[in-house]
Amino acid sequence: MSAIQTTVAESLETLGASILERSGGRATGYVVAHEELNVATTIDHRVELLRILRDDEAFRFNQLIDICGVDYPEREQRFDVVYHLISYVKNVRLRLKVQTDEDTPVPSVTEVYPSANWFERETFDMYGVFFSGHPDLRRILTDYGFHGYPLRKDFPMTGYVEVRWDEELKRVIYEPVKLVQEYRAFDFTSPWEGANYVLPGDEKAGAGK
Amino acid sequence: MADDGNPGAVALNTASDATTPEVGVRKFNINFGPQHPAAHGVLRLVLELDGEIVERVDPHIGLLHRGTEKLMEARTYLQNTPYFDRLDYVAPMNQEHAFVLAVEKLAGIDVPYRAKVIRVLFDEIGRILSHLLNVTTQAMDVGALTPPLWGFEEREKLMIFYERASGARLHANYYRPGGVHQDLTQDLVNDIRTWCREFPRALDDIDALITPNRIFKQRNVDIGVVTKEEAYAWGFSGVMLRGSGIAWDLRKSQPYEIYADLDFDIPLGKNGDCYDRYLVRMEEMRQSVKIMVQCLDLLDKNPGPVLLENSKFAPPRRGEMKRSMEALIHHFKLYTEGFHVPAGEVYACVEAPKGEFGVFVVSDGSNKPYRCKIRAPGYPHLQAMDWMTRGHQVADVAAVLGSLDIVFGEIDR
Repeated sequence: MSAIQTTVAESLETLGASILERSGGRATGYVVAHEELNVATTIDHRVELLRILRDDEAFRFNQLIDICGVDYPEREQRFDVVYHLISYVKNVRLRLKVQTDEDTPVPSVTEVYPSANWFERETFDMYGVFFSGHPDLRRILTDYGFHGYPLRKDFPMTGYVEVRWDEELKRVIYEPVKLVQEYRAFDFTSPWEGANYVLPGDEKAGAGK
Repeated sequence: MADDGNPGAVALNTASDATTPEVGVRKFNINFGPQHPAAHGVLRLVLELDGEIVERVDPHIGLLHRGTEKLMEARTYLQNTPYFDRLDYVAPMNQEHAFVLAVEKLAGIDVPYRAKVIRVLFDEIGRILSHLLNVTTQAMDVGALTPPLWGFEEREKLMIFYERASGARLHANYYRPGGVHQDLTQDLVNDIRTWCREFPRALDDIDALITPNRIFKQRNVDIGVVTKEEAYAWGFSGVMLRGSGIAWDLRKSQPYEIYADLDFDIPLGKNGDCYDRYLVRMEEMRQSVKIMVQCLDLLDKNPGPVLLENSKFAPPRRGEMKRSMEALIHHFKLYTEGFHVPAGEVYACVEAPKGEFGVFVVSDGSNKPYRCKIRAPGYPHLQAMDWMTRGHQVADVAAVLGSLDIVFGEIDR
């Protein structure tokens, strides 16, 4: 079992190295972790890199599996846009990542992979990452007339509006969220292993000095 | 029109009618759904029609959006498994499988052999559940009422197996990181074996009802043709690939669990139309039964634990908790704090009945996933509605939609 695993990791290492070499500097690095190949690139070079990955005989990543965003609010470029590719010819998968922020648009890859259309719309809908050159960048999963980007870490779990049927107006109306009790986020993390709150009583510890 | 009583004018007008092109035909925009029975849930299609011909389709989705991915970020890994039942609620356990595979990959958990066999067994039950629903409702979309009645009878029996294994007919929450929740009883194994013997006959009945049916063929053959290149480009997976003749099945090409040791075939379509996809699904059900029988034999030969015995990830058995303080502490910690998963990113996928169902988990080392992206196979398939139905008749929209195998639980998440 472990012998097979090492060979998988080794072949991914070789593939990663050859991507780095053949991309002409467009891929900026690669990491193999959990038997998966991660390739990093920059916004400007990504479309060409994807084209190379798709068309080069050595790679043939002919399908885009998924695009998704990940939010790291503490970072200056807070969003990761993650692309999952698969090569049906070589039977291998690859993950490509670029970083961006709220304002910098990412060039759309719908020209290279038509299936990117809805995936990019979803990423835009959920994170507010802009895709330049996208043919139809509308919201997709959220409600008509929705405001905000729900999967950002600073978006509250409860949202901002709720809907109900109004008997007098005879239609569904939107109202600010009213919670009958405060939203409860249970944190069961062991206080000895990195819970990030002050233990009850600990706030008095420095007061006597 | 022409003036009364002036034959010359009438003649003139007829002549101009023949020469002038058809003008002033208004294009229709109609709403298909969100409550249309053939929309398979809450799909709103905005169709632009030129007479009976579809010119453009704009699917409006998200009417069933529940924010699963956001909710998952606030719950522990163990609490998150039930969310996967609610994605593709036609074949719940296949989704759970992808998630537990991701967690196991990230945490480096090794699953007992018997648990793997049970998972494969229930994956195949899920596949039959989903295909039975899809095949028979596809027939209903084009006008046949009997197939769904016959198909649902078999689904009912399978859901009882779900219930006997997990306690729930639909939202099973049966798979755990590290195995499955409970072992199967010998009675249940025997009953599934009996079902496996009887089901092919029921399937042959449905087959004889739909496959040679003239109306079904007229409505499905050469409708919604997908070429190999289109299937690759538009992110298709599962039956949508195989219907177009692409020999690809994750159970064969990137085998997980015990699929590599099992004997089964992958049916392929030739023409990539709705009828081929239907035929592929029918044959896949027969292959699933074959896999299930092999799993049942393996279950007989391999007694043993079905859940990891390391209590850091899987709860200790109930009997042990009554005696051992250590076990009780583990149980308490697992169901409050949950287990911590090492930081990292993984993508795990399974061949769900509808295609490649993938889960991308980003962990920051805490007890909750930092980000969990669910890759639903139906999402890119539905995206293809626009070009697949362009130039077809309005009535074909229902046929194409049926053959895409759409379930909104997973598309809207």
